[in-house]
Amino acid sequence: MSKLRIRVDQDKCQGHARCKSLAPELFELDEYGNAHEVGDGTVPAGLEDKAWLAQTNCPEIAIEVTEE
Amino acid sequence: MSDSPSASFLPEHPPVTDWVHDFDHTDPVWTDDPFPIWETLRAASPVVHTERFLGCYMPTTYQAVKEIAYDTEHFSSRRVIVRDVRPEISARAPPITSDPPEHKPAKQVLLPPFTPDAMKRLEPRVRAICNELIDEFIADGHCDAAARYTKHIPVRAIAHMLGIPEKDGDLFIKWIHQILELGIKDENEMMSGVREMTGYFMAHLEQRKLAPSDDLISQLLRAKGAGGQPLTDEHVLGSLRLLLIAGIDTTWSAIGSSLWHLARTPADRERLIAEPALIPTAIEEFLRAYSPVTMAREVMKETTISGCPVKAGNMVLLSFPAANRDPAMFPDADKVVIDRKENRHAAFGLGIHRCVGSNLARMEMQVAIEEWLKRIPDFRLDPAGKVTWSEGTVRGPRQLPVLFGKNA
Repeated sequence: MSKLRIRVDQDKCQGHARCKSLAPELFELDEYGNAHEVGDGTVPAGLEDKAWLAQTNCPEIAIEVTEE
Repeated sequence: MSDSPSASFLPEHPPVTDWVHDFDHTDPVWTDDPFPIWETLRAASPVVHTERFLGCYMPTTYQAVKEIAYDTEHFSSRRVIVRDVRPEISARAPPITSDPPEHKPAKQVLLPPFTPDAMKRLEPRVRAICNELIDEFIADGHCDAAARYTKHIPVRAIAHMLGIPEKDGDLFIKWIHQILELGIKDENEMMSGVREMTGYFMAHLEQRKLAPSDDLISQLLRAKGAGGQPLTDEHVLGSLRLLLIAGIDTTWSAIGSSLWHLARTPADRERLIAEPALIPTAIEEFLRAYSPVTMAREVMKETTISGCPVKAGNMVLLSFPAANRDPAMFPDADKVVIDRKENRHAAFGLGIHRCVGSNLARMEMQVAIEEWLKRIPDFRLDPAGKVTWSEGTVRGPRQLPVLFGKNA
């Protein structure tokens, strides 16, 4: 399986926090509740499904998932 | 204030016969069951228009709703309720009534108290509130779940956050009814609600200035707005108005619709009891299928939405609930699928005006459903009672008579 990397587009994120709820290992929220990817966005093995789940539930389509 | 009695109290609306060209979201048929109406409108056009409410459009698809929500250049939030009258703008409620560039600093002030972490700290109190309410009626074997349960949870939670007595909740409920329901057609009711609410909060503001605490009112008084200046009293009062108006009957409605669904769907109830970890996913589906909140915009400049021309001077009924039933966006849009995996619903809006209280609403819904199912795992609609729904901007059950226990 190829390695996944996630990135939250800061211009698009409006703080719905769906990603944090679905994949708390992959996302963190700032003091305003807006989301960032954890670390450099590399998705640890075993969490790929959660990355896609977060991506497909973001109302603002702010999460990019790329396969490396 | 209105300038003449006739402007303040308008006649009842004539019944709708042609929904596509003459829609009316206060018509009793819409109030009772809006879903087939939205289907008719969506089949006709992505944007429909009515001459009612001094001219108003309604986007009917997810795409059209999204285009409008993202377009703050042509669509202003200065009026967020579609009404019969358009008086001079007075009682502002930043940031919901703010446009860029004022919007961002007004919103930033409110965001930190409503993060998911802040909601976790409030959760034990909400859980206790739910159980205190259930204690009051569980022995009866039946209750009106809207009047005895769903209504009081958000009122008490927000009162707790603001540091005001939870027993003042009945006052809040009265003001909200005047502003959100009666106010659509009656300016005097609207202004009377706003006036009483402002007076009430002004007294609390003055008290916090003398004796600050760590509640939300005190936090707002300490907050810095644009340019690092403290917020004016008018700004703080406006935001408190917003929290009360937007934070109460919305969540009351969302919890009520969820219980209404569960009362009628034993299979979903049983599954959530067996798999409580599925409750957050089910809550998202209830939010999609029974979204309580319809917003509004005012068209400031002519433009096109999904290919349809829209003209300045009209209002827009920004129906997130209709967007969330669009089959082009959601397969089986009219089915409630409690384990729906892909769900980009817009119940809390899209774009810069995303509901500031969305994390609060989600926590309240989850706790309210969890506690209810723990203590009342079996319940059904009372065949001798009648379910009624609120009119206008926020949709949810206002009477929800249910019987407890297995069907005999």
